[in-house]
Amino acid sequence: MKPLTLILLGLALVALILAPIGQGNYIVYTLSSWLLFSISAMGLNLTLGYAGQVSLAQAGFMGIGAYITALMTLAGIHWVVAAGVSISSCFAVGLLLGWPALRVQHHFLAFVTLAFNTLLFLVLRNEEEVTGGSFGLVGMPRPDFFGLSTMSNLNFYYFSLVCFLIAVAVMWGILRSPWGRAFKALRENPIRAESLGLKIRRQTLLAFAIGSAFGGLAGAMQAPLVQFIEPGSFGLIHSLKILLMVVVGGSGFFFGPMLGAAVVILLPELLRFTEGYYLMIYAALVIVLMVFSPNGLIGAGQKIWLKFKPKHEARRDMQKGFQL
Amino acid sequence: MNAHTPSDRAPILAVHNISKQFGGIRAVNNVSFEVRKGEILGLIGPNGSGKSTLFNCILGQLKPTTGHCEINGKSTDGVRPADLSLMGVGRTFQQLSVFPKMTVLDNVILAGQEHEGTMLSRLFGKPDAGLTGKAEQLIEFFRLTPYRDTEAGSLSYGQQKLVDAAMAFMAGPGIVLLDEPAGGVNLTMLANLKERLQTYNREHGTTFVVIEHNMEFVMSLCTRIIVLAQGEIIAEGSPEEIRSNQMVIDAYLGG
Repeated sequence: MKPLTLILLGLALVALILAPIGQGNYIVYTLSSWLLFSISAMGLNLTLGYAGQVSLAQAGFMGIGAYITALMTLAGIHWVVAAGVSISSCFAVGLLLGWPALRVQHHFLAFVTLAFNTLLFLVLRNEEEVTGGSFGLVGMPRPDFFGLSTMSNLNFYYFSLVCFLIAVAVMWGILRSPWGRAFKALRENPIRAESLGLKIRRQTLLAFAIGSAFGGLAGAMQAPLVQFIEPGSFGLIHSLKILLMVVVGGSGFFFGPMLGAAVVILLPELLRFTEGYYLMIYAALVIVLMVFSPNGLIGAGQKIWLKFKPKHEARRDMQKGFQL
Repeated sequence: MNAHTPSDRAPILAVHNISKQFGGIRAVNNVSFEVRKGEILGLIGPNGSGKSTLFNCILGQLKPTTGHCEINGKSTDGVRPADLSLMGVGRTFQQLSVFPKMTVLDNVILAGQEHEGTMLSRLFGKPDAGLTGKAEQLIEFFRLTPYRDTEAGSLSYGQQKLVDAAMAFMAGPGIVLLDEPAGGVNLTMLANLKERLQTYNREHGTTFVVIEHNMEFVMSLCTRIIVLAQGEIIAEGSPEEIRSNQMVIDAYLGG
């Protein structure tokens, strides 16, 4: 990594640590929410931006994680165990759902995941004895770690930040490994990738399952953050919202989901002064962005950066003594 | 050791009675041939003679209507392209087939990484799967070293063909099928490509099957040539024999 990148990452970390200090409860809460949605969007970015598959069930996976964590922590089991179960369950469900769905891929996967999210919503609403139906579940405790409580919003923010940093490190490790290269190859030229020995279906399935597991972690964090969950929080509209985060931020870029989640969560707050017009302005901004830069905000940033600082392409083919 | 002992000359690729029917059209009709280790076999014929269809049947992209192929005596019936690669079959494509947004080095490493270790070891192992050295050697072999860290998509057409070839060789395949390697490549680059392929064949004993329209290229590169016309083999022999075969001249080479 270049020194400049390291410095920027260090500054970002300091900013994340300092961000909630001196802020009101609501802002600290919103920041925690941003962190957990970033994790979820990061997972979807792996599926969509790297493996090139459209999933409309990310909120559904958050729901699975949230309900499992809620039920387990309400039964007195520690959050860490509950989160572990949530993450592995989402991974397993991702495998089971993806196995048949990925045989067809792309928009067919979108349909299958859409149906799955709707189905899950109905199950959560109708299985009242377990899930509490439309009333949902309330009063999930916030976890303690070595005697440290995360009951206050500020402490919960730092707890979320730790989870977020772990998720970032895991994702970075995956993308840096040969798997990351395989994902990029799949996105750019699947037929060529397959002819080089890459098992497309298996690799895509694992990307989808890992992406879903990130959703599970986000859900496991949402249960103690909100301390109230109901089926409506995990409906299709929320899957679309997470999809919007990935696309607005820039799908296929590492930091795209974080930026996208920030925009999708914070922009409504900033536009609050426009009252009823906020949704219209928001929609218009997204349309303009997509027309101008299908690669999202990071893509737009890159475009502008390159305009001011054009890449100098050396004519290496003209170098002396080199004949091709 | 005698290089011509029978075991050495066992067929690496055997094509048995392959036919492929598209609706009413029989694109390939009962074609059989064998390719022996170390050979450079040329597959020529006019457009629509069934070369590409035959190629795709051998490479598992199309399922033949009848017949089957064997690689080292193992049937490739129902084998997917990825597994074929793991069986030691490399290929290049007629159209450009690099990963444009990845560097040349990453392109070549990718071509080898799926042959190293397991799925899990690739997740937790070294980012380059320990292949940087090997990839650099191949990059140097194809004289691409100045472009090691350049995005493959920004190279010239001919250079991308070389990257494609380097990728086909990365996993150390026993046989490589090249689909029109000379198409759209300028003369200097073509001579370079031919010389590199011959050197590779000499140094590693790798077998090649080449589909090509450029007669000059095929005649000077290949050790044996099969001529297809209307889905059937009409001639087979050394470049000299093919050049003087009346049927071939009538069907393809022209007066």
